[in-house]
Amino acid sequence: MNQRASRKLGSVLRLGLLGGLVALYLCLVGIVGTFSERDVIDRMLTLGHTLLFLTALGVGYLGARELATPTRHPHAGHAVDHHLPRVGMSLLAGALAGAVTGASLSFLLILGGLVNLRAVFLNASPLLYNVLTLGLGPAHSWVPLVGGVVLGMTGAVLYILPVRVRSPLIWGATTVLAAGLFAEVLRVILVAWPGWPSDLASFLFGFEGLTLPGVVAVFVMVSGGIALVSARRAAVYERIEQLPPAGKTALRFAGLGLLLVVVAVLPLVSGVFIAQVIVLIGLYALMGLGLNVTLGFAGLFDLGFVAFFAIGAYTVGLLTSTGEHGIAGWPFWAALPVAVLAAMIAGVFLGMPVLGIRGDYLAIATLGFGEIVRLLVGSDFLRPYLGGSFGILAIPKPWIGNIELVGPQQLYYLVVIGSVLAAFIALRLRDSRLGRAWMAIREDEDVAEALGVNLVQTKLLAYSLGAAFAGLGGAIFATMVSSIFPHSMNLLVSINVVALLIVGGMGSIPGVIVGAAFLIGLPELFREFSEYRYLFYGAALIVMMLSKPEGLWPSAVTRRELHAEEDLVLTDNAR
Amino acid sequence: MYASVLERIVETAAAGYLWAFRVVVIIVVVVGSMLTFMGGKYTAEHWIDFTVFGLALGGIYALIALGYTMVYGILRMINFAHGEIFMSGAFSAYFVADALAKSGFTRENPVVALVLTILFAMLVSTTLALTVERIAYRPLRYAPRLVPLISAIGASFFLQYTFRGLFGPGIYAYPTIEALSGKWNIFGVEILKTQVIVIIAAVLMMLGLYTIVMRTKIGRAMRAVSEDKETASLMGIDVDRIIAITFAIGAAMAGAAGVLYSLIFAQVNFFMGFVPGIKAFTSAVLGGIGNIPGAMLGGLFLGLVESIGPALFLEGWGIVAPYQLKDAIAFTMLVLVLIFRPSGILGERLVAKKA
Amino acid sequence: MNRIALMALVALLVLVACAPAATPTPAFKPPADKIGVVAIKPGEPIHIAYWLVVAGPDASLGEDSKRGIEIAIDDKGGKLLDRPIKLTGTDSGCNAEGGTTAATKLSADPTIVALIGSSCSSEAAAGVPILTKAGFTTISPSNTRTAFTRPPRPEGFEGYLRTAHEDAVQGQIAAEFAFKELKLTTAATIHDGSPYAKGLAEDFAKSFKALGGKITSEEAVEPTQTDMRAVLTKIAADKPAIIYYPIFTAAGGHVTRQARELAGLKDAALMGADGMFSLEFVKAAGPASEGMYLSSPDVSAFAEGYKAFLEKHRKKYGGDPLSIFHAHAYDASMIIFNAIEKVAVKGPDGTIYIGRQALRDAMYATKNHKGLTGTLSCNEYGSCSDPAIAIYKITAREAKDGKWPPEKPFWSPKK
Repeated sequence: MNQRASRKLGSVLRLGLLGGLVALYLCLVGIVGTFSERDVIDRMLTLGHTLLFLTALGVGYLGARELATPTRHPHAGHAVDHHLPRVGMSLLAGALAGAVTGASLSFLLILGGLVNLRAVFLNASPLLYNVLTLGLGPAHSWVPLVGGVVLGMTGAVLYILPVRVRSPLIWGATTVLAAGLFAEVLRVILVAWPGWPSDLASFLFGFEGLTLPGVVAVFVMVSGGIALVSARRAAVYERIEQLPPAGKTALRFAGLGLLLVVVAVLPLVSGVFIAQVIVLIGLYALMGLGLNVTLGFAGLFDLGFVAFFAIGAYTVGLLTSTGEHGIAGWPFWAALPVAVLAAMIAGVFLGMPVLGIRGDYLAIATLGFGEIVRLLVGSDFLRPYLGGSFGILAIPKPWIGNIELVGPQQLYYLVVIGSVLAAFIALRLRDSRLGRAWMAIREDEDVAEALGVNLVQTKLLAYSLGAAFAGLGGAIFATMVSSIFPHSMNLLVSINVVALLIVGGMGSIPGVIVGAAFLIGLPELFREFSEYRYLFYGAALIVMMLSKPEGLWPSAVTRRELHAEEDLVLTDNAR
Repeated sequence: MYASVLERIVETAAAGYLWAFRVVVIIVVVVGSMLTFMGGKYTAEHWIDFTVFGLALGGIYALIALGYTMVYGILRMINFAHGEIFMSGAFSAYFVADALAKSGFTRENPVVALVLTILFAMLVSTTLALTVERIAYRPLRYAPRLVPLISAIGASFFLQYTFRGLFGPGIYAYPTIEALSGKWNIFGVEILKTQVIVIIAAVLMMLGLYTIVMRTKIGRAMRAVSEDKETASLMGIDVDRIIAITFAIGAAMAGAAGVLYSLIFAQVNFFMGFVPGIKAFTSAVLGGIGNIPGAMLGGLFLGLVESIGPALFLEGWGIVAPYQLKDAIAFTMLVLVLIFRPSGILGERLVAKKA
Repeated sequence: MNRIALMALVALLVLVACAPAATPTPAFKPPADKIGVVAIKPGEPIHIAYWLVVAGPDASLGEDSKRGIEIAIDDKGGKLLDRPIKLTGTDSGCNAEGGTTAATKLSADPTIVALIGSSCSSEAAAGVPILTKAGFTTISPSNTRTAFTRPPRPEGFEGYLRTAHEDAVQGQIAAEFAFKELKLTTAATIHDGSPYAKGLAEDFAKSFKALGGKITSEEAVEPTQTDMRAVLTKIAADKPAIIYYPIFTAAGGHVTRQARELAGLKDAALMGADGMFSLEFVKAAGPASEGMYLSSPDVSAFAEGYKAFLEKHRKKYGGDPLSIFHAHAYDASMIIFNAIEKVAVKGPDGTIYIGRQALRDAMYATKNHKGLTGTLSCNEYGSCSDPAIAIYKITAREAKDGKWPPEKPFWSPKK
């Protein structure tokens, strides 16, 4: 028993140290400092403090969990409640873990008082020390330690609570945090409508973050709601299962219909900024659908996808611009099919040299093509035709009859229609002979060839179709921003598209849209924290791959592949 | 029937296009070179300069590519974060170099100062690489190939912006080591002392790596893991440990490369690893990914093309600002090489197969 | 199936929440204004927003400007008209779509009174029309593309002013200096693919040729490029007497160091522009920077106020400014504050009303404002700068001892 106890003690201490490292990291990287200028609860709680509190809370929670002897019932959906005497030990574990975490910060304060850390770590500044001591001043280095103990115990308490109580509490707190984070955006949306939405906005939101009554209101509503819902959830599901097939289909159609209505009305309702974000998501989703054909279906690792995007954009730019580089002054709708066609031809021409190259070699070769296109369009050599560094300006917006699609709220529809079209084409192709040929190539090229698949034709079709979608995206981009600069057609765009494809679920069409929403939409919403945007982006990619490598909305095939092992284990246990 | 006629047309078109592609490139290259020589702007001395600079640049690429290719050879994984490991070594060692210079230590013992700086860089880069491996790569070892790639991309961004957060977006400059500034005259050609050191270091590292992989027990274990992970573990090899050692060696080399790079270019900043990472990847692919001598060869080749290419091929045609297109030339050469040899110049084996 | 049901439920909630109200609430009696009026209730802050490049490899530029704004706010005691000044902002990415997104985001927030930005001219090309259309006015601290403030102005630029100088002025002065003062007749230029550098290089080349000089070559490098030796060898083959490279700190540092190492360029003069006018550049270029020239706004005109500014900057941020446009950002902020103070109307309940068109007009009407960058007067095209561009020479004091900025210009054009 003693050995086990000391091992548990060790793991609790290690947990505390991990928390301490995380907290130190957050401080030194400057996240705590910068975020402490952003209120979550108006004038009461800053985001920086919240992150530190969450770290200590989490450490306390996990510490208490370390201590619990697992007595999980295999078929219950929740953990069994603890015996009462364990409460003291859990609290102690939580307090201990929190203490170690807090101690690391206290150590930073003490060290900072002795040595000028700022010479190396820019963020070890008086501002940070103030935040760490809750405003009391750098001399009070005991503050983080005490805070860590208190929060650690709170975390332990949270763990001890039965799930029925804990789950609504966590939901409530998370919603409060999210509301505080997105306060600006939400407020802007609500304030646009006079009457009760504006009043609601003033009640909920202070000049930064939530008001205290707002916090209470949101918390109570959400946690109460969750508590009620989870009690009824099983019953509701049963009712749905019991419906006759006709009823189920009706429900499905109703859901779909509602989704369509929302999609149609969303930009008008949500304000210009959200519409803009959705347009960006849509553009990347369009490109993702294209790469889904090339990489997802046919397995051709194309890292130079931005080349087709650039060709589509420049074609539209050259054909429609009223500025000095425009050659034709056409309307957008006339230039659009030409742009798509140009991209398709480019897909063929760029695909042919690399037909015999495979795998990671293909990746770098296509990356090279992407770079070549970028360099050429920005070069002084082609400046008289393509604008060089200055790009192409004065690209007009599209007109439908008398209406100019002038802003994101209008262009949104263009993007949606384009995406739906692309998704439809991709879906039909996937289930066609061509689609099957692509998948054969993806699995094993040699075998596919032996089975009679014409590699050249099939690959070229994959490239050109993917390129077509990317070209469409580029065309819409050109008119959206009204100007194109070679600087925008860089490697990062290609990397983003590959990432969103995999995060969303490769080969899966809804996955592409989810991936785009996640990887493009979220960072846009977080532009405020733009210094750390890519930090979170990188961390999110890693976390995503570790937890859900098949993607957020995987295709059935991928899910089967990646969880085949799990299925085996399960069937074993069932014996 | 129409399908097969169409197929035939497409195939001939593709073959014809490929042929035309190669011919066009060769014409551009050959005629361009002729025109440049006829223009007579550059003397032999200039060409020697171009070549020397190309080799020096190539040496740097080779230095970074060696680590890249080693990890790939063992793990079949593109370590996108390798450029950032390189940056971490260079960046963190800056503070050591700066402190040593300010205290006057560097002036008295330049070699010791340099060695200390390099050791510190290697320490930081190895620690970081092992941490990244443990957190972001190891759990994904048996996942489909693209999954660890995305994780690596995430790690790359994360490391970049961590360093930005810690040290700011500005540029720091390495102090100059007087003993190493200036040139040497080798065979009548003037080369920067630091450039010579880099080339020698690259060669030494390559030989060192080669020896480790071919002659030592650990190297044998590495080769075994590279062939077949599962069988190797069945044979009693601790696969986790070998992979960690591989990463450590690769990272140590990247860290050292970082310091050497900073000797020549002096500037460090959080973004400095991105482009060298891509160039290293390109070099490794050129020579054959996973192939150690290939990385060296690929690096040198890339450096030469970037340095000589624009002046030689493009200027004859009267193209304005030809050096703006140096990367375009490099990548075109890459594609050409890959068309002829789809697995790189020296092929994919970690070391040449003993037939 | 479950997923769809859940989504439908959420969608329904969203729609319900956003349903328009029955009756609009009647407004108070604010002053009339062609564009619209911002009403700031008692207790609410005055909201100023920035759209600058604060993330990515160019972050120093925007971060530097942002700090200028923050110090301006501090100098006002954090308050304007007895209300706290709230500064928020967004990254604009130094490219057109970043500018579009940033402008769209900010234009959707009606509580913003005025904006400062953008950092890069490409952002402004795309973003300014969006802001103008939404009724906002923005002052840029660092856009230098000449066309923005010369007739004919691009469409949608009515709400745009800037405190930064125009490229055309700087390129011309640099050429004059090289030809008339240094009496050099051959020059080469290097740009980095950005519109700023390309524009400056072209303006320099045009003026230099007009004066009678010869441009031996016009080259380009990538902003992230580190090895410049091949390009420099090519340039050296034509034997220019001076190389003008109006690029940024990173690439500029490399060019400077490596040019000095090259035998063929040992005697060539080196000149850069305001993108490199910072201590960071001098450190990056090292001892090689000694003896090179930089064109930049005349810092000595920044005189008294600037030294105090530098002190505040060092205390608040622990170091020297990262770029050159912090003082311009400071001045832009002050112009905005002064304009707000001039046109704000206080209602009986303490609500402050600011008419947007009135604010815009007040900014355009700024005359003889004593700022850090000189005495600023805005003209009808939105150019507020007092472009006293001068040429500085970097001496041992800057290169070796690390003192910044240089004490006085090396040469100023005859007015």
